[in-house]
Amino acid sequence: MQKYFHSVRLDEDKCKGCTNCVKRCPTEAIRVREGRALIIEERCIDCGECIKICPNRAKLATTDGLEQLQNFHYTIALPAPSLYAQFEPNTSPEQILGALLNIGFDDIFEVALGAEAVSLALRDYLSRDHPRPMISSACPAVLRLMQVRFPGLLQHIVPIETPMEISAGLAREKARQQHGFSDNQIGVFFITPCPAKVTAIKQPFGEKSYVDGAISMSVIYGELLHSLDSPSTKQLPLLSGARGVGWGKAGGENHAIRCHSHLAVDGIHSIINVLEEIERGGLSDIDYLEAQACTGGCIGGPLAPQNLFVARVRMDNLVKKLSLQPDRPKSLSTDPEFLRLNKPILPRPALKLDQDINRAIEMLEEVEKITEDLPGLDCGSCGSPNCRALAEDIVRGYADTSFCIFKLRQRLQILAREIVDLSHKQPPAMGREREKELKEGDA
Amino acid sequence: MQLEFEIKGMDFARAGEAAAKIKKALQMVGMEVETIRKTLVVAYEAELNVVIHAYAGTLTAKISPDAVEIKVMDEGPGIADIELAMQEGYSTAPSNIREMGFGAGMGLPNIERCSDQMELTSEVNQGTLLTAIIFNRTSGEK
Repeated sequence: MQKYFHSVRLDEDKCKGCTNCVKRCPTEAIRVREGRALIIEERCIDCGECIKICPNRAKLATTDGLEQLQNFHYTIALPAPSLYAQFEPNTSPEQILGALLNIGFDDIFEVALGAEAVSLALRDYLSRDHPRPMISSACPAVLRLMQVRFPGLLQHIVPIETPMEISAGLAREKARQQHGFSDNQIGVFFITPCPAKVTAIKQPFGEKSYVDGAISMSVIYGELLHSLDSPSTKQLPLLSGARGVGWGKAGGENHAIRCHSHLAVDGIHSIINVLEEIERGGLSDIDYLEAQACTGGCIGGPLAPQNLFVARVRMDNLVKKLSLQPDRPKSLSTDPEFLRLNKPILPRPALKLDQDINRAIEMLEEVEKITEDLPGLDCGSCGSPNCRALAEDIVRGYADTSFCIFKLRQRLQILAREIVDLSHKQPPAMGREREKELKEGDA
Repeated sequence: MQLEFEIKGMDFARAGEAAAKIKKALQMVGMEVETIRKTLVVAYEAELNVVIHAYAGTLTAKISPDAVEIKVMDEGPGIADIELAMQEGYSTAPSNIREMGFGAGMGLPNIERCSDQMELTSEVNQGTLLTAIIFNRTSGEK
């Protein structure tokens, strides 16, 4: 079995071997080899940046299909809050929930409800003693980024489960109590805007995931649209309020917690900058950092069908509308044990050159030397994201100096010069002809 | 092995670059998480001190399996009273620097806190030499 599960994968037929994804990847996890993108397993964090950037649509996310529902007696859909922002303004969340039932689910459990429980738990947690700033655990791509590039900050992650897991746990409990189903009869499916969530289900941070599968938003979008118009679709009540639904966009978590000092950052490259600052000892005046790998938050996920900015307006309007309504009373679990992330998140030393530190230092020295010698144009033609990464690849044995087209050209030039030099050298028995030619040329 | 970086005074836009590169190098070498964290703080604060107070400086990081040594040599006004400079909150940074959020007088105390050995020598109107050593202590199971 492979060591890491990844949702993000490559369609080899579509990949042209361009280096757009190679240069955009936040963990330098992609190389081009033999005209195809190659993902370095231990470095990939499934953030989906490559899916967004690929001009050939060659990067895909593995998700589950609706046919998987047949494997269970009783199926529950967990719509991510960002789903509500994917439809026309006159389509209400109540209709969307109804449409989910219509396409084959037996029940719905809003992830926004889990988000409300998490918001309360966060508020409580932040009022206690903790390292500052605490970092949100909600975005799995950010957590994986920290495992690979910021292991020193892992202790800053709030030890609270994600709204998705909390909701799945509550949904299962409800199905067990109301209908008496056993755990393996119940199938819980997250309606996902992103591949990182798929990975978080198949390879969870905690002991296990309560979710059985993840269905891509863009895959079921068409069916939902179709179903909205169907006369058999009935509306379902929306139980969550503005606080929970708002989690679907950047800034929503902070809004839901309401007190303490917060910072919201979205977009993986911006997050890297902020994490670097925290690592240097900065931002200790902030209590909570909400960090979402996608620009705009989950509504900007690679599997969300709607344009991010359009979705943002719709989300804003929905949240505004919901905040005018009185909060519905709900019985959410406040049991801290249930909400706690039950396993520590450990570093993933994917950048290490060698297990032996002495050998690794030697290799690093070699990397420095080779980098110095490369042109420093970071053109990406070698298939590595930049010259330094090529130097690393050479030292790791994954690449050769000749991969650099400038280096190759240099060698060709030297060779060409040698050929010319050799061509001028003539055996002593000849040469008179050549002299004559030159004289005639002068005249 | 050794990494070397040139630092320019008042170049805030590039402050932190040397520290970031050192961090990545230490990750590639496979240093302990805690060693990397401490070294990063030491290198960054030292780098920033040159940017804020000096005209120019050189930062070198000497990497060996058991320790990292950060050495920063600068040309600048120097430190008149080292004992005073080591006090938390004491700063000679001008107000325009403080307005940018720097120069809170925590740089040297932070460096001291994060390093296992530290030496600071300075000559007024000449410059300052800082040497800090961070041991690479193994944590957890080997």
